Amino acid sequence: MIPVLLIVIPLVSGLVGFLIRNEKTARSWSLFAAVVTLFVSLSGLILHKEDAFLSADVAWLPAMGSRFSVALDGMGQVLCLLTAISFPIIFIATWRTPYKNARNFYALMLLSQAGLMGVFLAMDALLFYFFWELALIPVYFLCSIWGGEKRIAASFKFFVYTFLGSIVMLVGILWLYSHTPDHSFSLKSFYALRDKVTGHDQLWLFWLFFIAFAIKMPIFPLHTWQPDAYEQSPTATTMVLSAVMVKMGLLGLLRWLAPVLPLGTWAWGDTVSMFCIIGMIYASLVAMQQDDLKRLVAYSSIAHMGLMCLAVFATTQLGMQGVMIQLFNHGINILGLWIVVELIERQFHTRKMSELGGLAQKAPVLAILLVVVALANVALPLTNAFIGEFLMFSGVYASAVTRYNVVFTVTAGISIILSAVYTLNMIQKVFFGNTNTLTEKAKDLYPNEKFVLIVIVVLIVLIGVYPKPVLDLTKETVDTLLTKMATATK
Amino acid sequence: MPINYYIFLSVALFCIGVSGVLTRRNAIIIFMCVELMLNAVNLLLVAFSKMHHHAQAATNPNAGIDGQLFVFFIMVVAAAEVSVGLAIIVMMYRNTHSIDVNFLNRLKN
Amino acid sequence: MNNVISLVWLIPVLPLAGFLVCGLLRRHLSKSLTGVIGSGVILASFILSLLIFGQVRQEGFQAVVVRLFDFISVGKLSISFAFQVDPLSALFLLIITGVGFLIHVYSTAYMHEETAPDFARYFAYLNLFVFSMLLLVLGSNYVIMFIGWEGVGLCSYLLIGYWFKNIEYGAAARKAFIMNRIGDLGFLIAIFWMISQFGTTNFIEIFTKAAMPKAVSTGVLTGITLLLFVGATGKSAQIPLYTWLPDAMAGPTPVSALIHAATMVTAGIYMIARSNILYTLAPVTQTVVAVIGLATALLAATIALKQNDIKKVLAYSTVSQLGYMFLGLGVGAYTGAVFHVMTHAFFKALLFLGAGSVIHAMHHEQDIRKMGGLKKHLFWTHLTFLIACLAIAGIPPFAGFFSKDEILSAAYEKNPVYYAVGVFTALLTAFYMFRLYATTFLGKFRGTHEQAHHLHESPSAMVIPLVVLAVLSVVAGFVGIPAAIAPDAHWLGHFLAPVFEGSTRLHPAAEADKKLEWGLMGISVGVAALGMIYAWSRFSRKPDLEEAQGFGKVLADKWYVDELYDAIIVKPINALGRFFNSFVEKSVIDGIVNGVGRLVQYGGRQIRLLQSGLVGGYVLLMVIGILALFLVELFTKK
Repeated sequence: MIPVLLIVIPLVSGLVGFLIRNEKTARSWSLFAAVVTLFVSLSGLILHKEDAFLSADVAWLPAMGSRFSVALDGMGQVLCLLTAISFPIIFIATWRTPYKNARNFYALMLLSQAGLMGVFLAMDALLFYFFWELALIPVYFLCSIWGGEKRIAASFKFFVYTFLGSIVMLVGILWLYSHTPDHSFSLKSFYALRDKVTGHDQLWLFWLFFIAFAIKMPIFPLHTWQPDAYEQSPTATTMVLSAVMVKMGLLGLLRWLAPVLPLGTWAWGDTVSMFCIIGMIYASLVAMQQDDLKRLVAYSSIAHMGLMCLAVFATTQLGMQGVMIQLFNHGINILGLWIVVELIERQFHTRKMSELGGLAQKAPVLAILLVVVALANVALPLTNAFIGEFLMFSGVYASAVTRYNVVFTVTAGISIILSAVYTLNMIQKVFFGNTNTLTEKAKDLYPNEKFVLIVIVVLIVLIGVYPKPVLDLTKETVDTLLTKMATATK
Repeated sequence: MPINYYIFLSVALFCIGVSGVLTRRNAIIIFMCVELMLNAVNLLLVAFSKMHHHAQAATNPNAGIDGQLFVFFIMVVAAAEVSVGLAIIVMMYRNTHSIDVNFLNRLKN
Repeated sequence: MNNVISLVWLIPVLPLAGFLVCGLLRRHLSKSLTGVIGSGVILASFILSLLIFGQVRQEGFQAVVVRLFDFISVGKLSISFAFQVDPLSALFLLIITGVGFLIHVYSTAYMHEETAPDFARYFAYLNLFVFSMLLLVLGSNYVIMFIGWEGVGLCSYLLIGYWFKNIEYGAAARKAFIMNRIGDLGFLIAIFWMISQFGTTNFIEIFTKAAMPKAVSTGVLTGITLLLFVGATGKSAQIPLYTWLPDAMAGPTPVSALIHAATMVTAGIYMIARSNILYTLAPVTQTVVAVIGLATALLAATIALKQNDIKKVLAYSTVSQLGYMFLGLGVGAYTGAVFHVMTHAFFKALLFLGAGSVIHAMHHEQDIRKMGGLKKHLFWTHLTFLIACLAIAGIPPFAGFFSKDEILSAAYEKNPVYYAVGVFTALLTAFYMFRLYATTFLGKFRGTHEQAHHLHESPSAMVIPLVVLAVLSVVAGFVGIPAAIAPDAHWLGHFLAPVFEGSTRLHPAAEADKKLEWGLMGISVGVAALGMIYAWSRFSRKPDLEEAQGFGKVLADKWYVDELYDAIIVKPINALGRFFNSFVEKSVIDGIVNGVGRLVQYGGRQIRLLQSGLVGGYVLLMVIGILALFLVELFTKK
């Protein structure tokens, strides 16, 4: 029941949103819908833990063997919660940002939320693909209509990249579907294929799926759509893209690739890991050179996602748990960063660090909150990201599936240092130093902005100090995932 | 008569049709050549149907009947085609005062 | 009996509470209230630490682990948030909260010019620092230690950049954080290694497993200890990661005293002393530690000879003294190293606070060439500074003598070369410290008239900590009297013995030859006295005010190490980043992506030509297609 509600509430309220005439009503309506979704998600987490509440399965396209099958497992809980938290935060944080045709804007945002929820919940390959595209299309419109100057080029690039990936993935899904004995798209039948698909086939099938996921995450060298899209999209959309949407790639990897094609995953592990590491270092170095805040955050996100992908391929319990918790943490942290960027851009109409400076004097609350978020970005202990990165790195180090685990850990570890370099650089240039003519009249936060940033900071510290609930939540998912990956490799 | 004869005849008719379609520019002649190709196929279908019927008549009185059925389908389609195609050609002549197909090399306008 | 010890969690929590109160209410608290809260929580922690220390001192005390909650538990790995109370952590608790409290009190006066919110921010940072440092020494596993480890790095960053309007200070803060991070990476990798080797990060479990014969190969231990040492070089400012510490003097002077002299920089020594059994089992690492320590001690001492900024001299002397401590660790004199940490905490904090008092009196002038003759105006500051100089120079019976002597005699036993270099460094130490002393306090006043007019002794909130620390600098040495002077008088050695038990069992300390001991002591005292008297007589009359020339300039410019790092690390990395950003990203990767797009467009343009509109052409293609299919069918299907 709950998974269906999670999809239907944003879907319906989004469609209704198109009809609302008044801009203010549209805004309030979307916030209301997002908050309701959040409560539903929380109730699934806390109140109704029985399976009956957490899954739903009805016939969808019986002729093709596809069912509308949705369920909340540990990973799904984490990701749905992230999605459910993100949208209210985004709406509140951008409350003061004016959009023309606001009702369409908010309606499309809600539709993308429905798509995202669907991706995280779908237990049927065709349904998964359906939602995968459903999530993409609203974002394309959001970027190409409300975006910055070069929005058309950026959104086109984004669309072509991701669409290319999805098409390739569709081929892979259909290939697997045609090989299931019962001609079914369900996740179970896909898992059952594990022993039937030969290692040779897995080798090429792997890439059909992985390219789609790698583009979404994104993994070097398929990442160039991301900085452009982030830079050009309206910040609210960028938040959706970076906080939630990039997780689609990881979810795909964890649910639809690694357990389905374990031999392929294992065989290509070293290759992919290498790309991840190159990407981490590369993105960190490029991030150091950025003057635009949005691009800096974009590259920093590429580096972080690279680590998460690396940890998935290490195939260890530590690493997987790290990835699970980091799925949530990365979303929360990057939301915090974007909110700060949005506030700065709205006030000063620039995102260039070289034009800013001295904000700490004028906006101390903003400065303090940003510093906490930035520290989470560099994974300082007692922030949430430390838990994730610590587990991921120790997972990579302990990995038994690769001979290069030490090399991987050490080279990837360099990005820890580099992340400190560019993050502190940003704090330095934007907040410290003396004010200039532009930043002299800076105002501190409005209550709504303060509220969301405080929520984020509290989450950061809370998970950083006591991560156990989140770790327990995903424990089962990790265990089943690892058994699925292990039994086949033997 | 051996089946080979029928095959050779229909291949010959088909080739004539093909070469006619390829070389002529008069729409009506192209049209007739298309008919020729269709009928070559019809001929072949009938011939094979007869052959199968002969071979299996003892066990299955209806053997080979589907070949002849197909011929009827093709004839119906051909008739429909003629009516639509000729109508197009008439319209074309009214508009351009020519039935040269090369005159129609533009999709727009 | 364990009642007090089960309250150990209060010791770090109190400063944390102070941090939250000062930080969150900084707009509403008056300065005096902030001062009371900020110092009060540390005082409370200090009292608790004293009580715990009393418990730990009792005979037959066993190390206690107080578990608070599960921090990270994944599969077999379980890391709990737990504190370990044993002699080593109890001693460090005392040093941190004790010196910390004095410095908080001192700060209330030193920072009085700040506005109330900034004042509260300062105290919040300081409390946060104490919290992190306490976590570092209390943690019962490497992860909790690492939390404190990075936490102190963060506070150091925040406090160095406390005056954030100044861009240079910000750069110094960033440098400190990043260099620490480089070391932290080593520490982290060591933790990962230990997790995969031992399956745990708990001190007790790891040390028991490592000490079992043949349980772990020496190679693995050498690797782990070397990586831990990389972490220590970052935090404790050793070669090659020492350059951040002198720059860190950009922070307020009490911060330099607390963080960059007395406590944080000794974290590396604490860590190695804590892991002493691992180091004892890895002789190669021990040699590396000793050599690096010695080289750092010497290098920093040479640089200190030619510095003219009062705080820079002290900073390099800190680096040099830390080098001594590492020498001690490297030669297996763990007690000696911890002893030196303690005495150094007293006299170096005293030196910095004294320097702060001087700077305060001189209206933020830090160049010693513009001082001189302050003896007359600043009685208490002068007196306590002199005591600290004597202590650091190693003149008996001041504290520094005993601890330094213990390290040097252990070094002699290991290798006389270590001893020789160590004594030479002691000579340099005495020389530059008394150069500093003489230039600052003796001779004639060389400042402006206005400064001369305003010269005054600091308020009592600043003087009292100075006096307390001075007393400690005099008497602290007596807790570790060498056996040569009085047998069985080394109280500290007895106290710490349980912590270093494993190491001493492996390498029992050789029975010291009393004559040799006396001889060594005599040499080091003589050499130090020589340096002291020479510097005193030379600089009290004619301070060297000119810019350094020749080799002196190389020293004054710190051997150009910063420039070297800049040239071989910072610039290449930046260049690589620029290359990636402007070329690879735009031309190569995007070039390929756009190239694919252009290829499709080009292909489309070419193929479009086939779309001629000529019916004949289409039919021809159709026929060719049919023929092709026909042929394929003919030749492939058999």
